[in-house]
Amino acid sequence: MIRVSEEKFDPGAELSAFESAAKGAGAVVNFLGKVREKAGSNDVSALVLEHFPGVTEQSIADIEQQARSRWKVDETLIIHRVGRLAPGEPIVMVCVASAHRRDAFEAADFLMDYLKTEAMFWKKEISTSGEAWIEPRDQDYKDARRWREEN
Amino acid sequence: MARVLFFGKLGDLAGGRARDISLGAQDKTVSALVDVIAEEDSVLAETLKEISIRCVVNEEMAGLATAISNDDEIAFLPPVSGG
Repeated sequence: MIRVSEEKFDPGAELSAFESAAKGAGAVVNFLGKVREKAGSNDVSALVLEHFPGVTEQSIADIEQQARSRWKVDETLIIHRVGRLAPGEPIVMVCVASAHRRDAFEAADFLMDYLKTEAMFWKKEISTSGEAWIEPRDQDYKDARRWREEN
Repeated sequence: MARVLFFGKLGDLAGGRARDISLGAQDKTVSALVDVIAEEDSVLAETLKEISIRCVVNEEMAGLATAISNDDEIAFLPPVSGG
């Protein structure tokens, strides 16, 4: 399931619902990304996420489909916030359920690497030093590349 | 009028997220649209031509050579950053 929303979500409740939906799976991996409180030495006051309605959801669906074609996955959940977020708030949640742990770990890792570099989101950080649009770091591109190099 | 969308840093540069632009009969491609934008805002137009900027026409990936008309929605996308 894919959900892009301005609404806050409760990671515990989402994980619990996901576990119920993925009944029978032997492994559930959950990743939660949160808004950092510091950008270097500056205090972050907010993160503003933009998306392209329709196109963003399709870009995530493509990424999810790639994960499903590479690993044996029973269920996935991808939640991504948009709009204005405060430090400490959950921004992204990825859950993967599979029969055995390796598929779930690797598929979740892959989904996050691709959400960082391929999904249609734009992120502006507002901190004590001003406003700045954030682009993926070299490390983020490197992380995403390893899935192409491995296979 | 063609609907033109600017995402991320491009929206700040354009001074808004959307603009309606009237294409002339000779303006048949994304590249021609960028030339129309350049008449009012050369800095924005130059940025739109950068290699890192992607273009989407009616929700399909496109390029500067893609054909467009006044009925189309053209979106310019800077490098993405989710997660």
